Amino acid sequence: MQLSNLISGKNEQVEEVWAALRDCAPMVLGVVPFGITCGIMGLTANMSGLETILMSVFVFAGASQFIGISMLSAGITGWGIIILTTLLVNLRHLIMGSSLAPYMIKLPFPLQAFLAFFLTDEAYALTISRSYKVRYSELYQLIVSTMIYLVWILATLAGVGLGSYISDPLTWGLDFAMPATFLVLLIPLLKDHISLIVFGIAAVVSVSAALYLPGKWYIIIACVIATSIGGLLEGDNKNAQ
Amino acid sequence: MRSEVLLIIIGMAFVTYLTRIGALALFRFTGVPTWLNRWLKYVPVAILTSLIVPSLLLPKGYLDISLNNHYLIAGIAAAFVAYKSRNIIATLGLGMSIMLVLKLL
Repeated sequence: MQLSNLISGKNEQVEEVWAALRDCAPMVLGVVPFGITCGIMGLTANMSGLETILMSVFVFAGASQFIGISMLSAGITGWGIIILTTLLVNLRHLIMGSSLAPYMIKLPFPLQAFLAFFLTDEAYALTISRSYKVRYSELYQLIVSTMIYLVWILATLAGVGLGSYISDPLTWGLDFAMPATFLVLLIPLLKDHISLIVFGIAAVVSVSAALYLPGKWYIIIACVIATSIGGLLEGDNKNAQ
Repeated sequence: MRSEVLLIIIGMAFVTYLTRIGALALFRFTGVPTWLNRWLKYVPVAILTSLIVPSLLLPKGYLDISLNNHYLIAGIAAAFVAYKSRNIIATLGLGMSIMLVLKLL
């Protein structure tokens, strides 16, 4: 590959690499405060630095790590309840996996299995937006996924190392980078009236569910209800035409 | 390194991976069924919405629709910029600046 191609981004693959790096930059900014918080939480829960970091390396799922660490610090050491909670909190990945499946099942299975390990809300949001806007690219998915993974581990490491010197990183406001990035991904998708209806229903249902349900159930419930209604409306439209 | 903590970590890693590979393993030989494919069309909109809206309206876990909720104010401004510019740098720049200014006030 010629250096000039690399710089001007003529090659299609090179373009995916640049796009992936550019798109995931704001997302990793939003990941940093959560990773640092995770490291600090591990220490305050009397986990060793190594235990806290290994959890980020192997589990790599923010919300369920927070919940797992809180349970450990509350003296719940029964593995069953912690693992069951982790499973429930992460069930939403099944929906994201299904959403990416039409593209991903064409890949060699070892690559699917590898990419699957890195599936997060953030990597899903970036990859599916790219697929709708340009095309699905496994290279794009690989880069955004592993970048988020790397930053998650480094931020956990920073939290473990600097924990006693810094105040609660989630009060810095840096975590706002996450919803802001999601907004930029969402708005181009709201281009017809069915999408707007799905948006409205998902907004109302997710907020009401977040008020009353634990964990991440609000995402699953809002997604199932809103997309089902979207699918029904889509069907009616087709029949009417 | 305590062995019971290590076991919990391995268990958490295992079930998390199951949720991530589950759909791919399920559809590996059959493909994605047509009815599901139609249902999946609006999943990105629904997921992004349920990631954004609760994090702006309930940043601390309870519903906060007031001027004290910096996330909501910065979020509304960011949504407007995102709509007008479709540009992440502009959206993030303005949103984060508002967060910073509100914090200093």
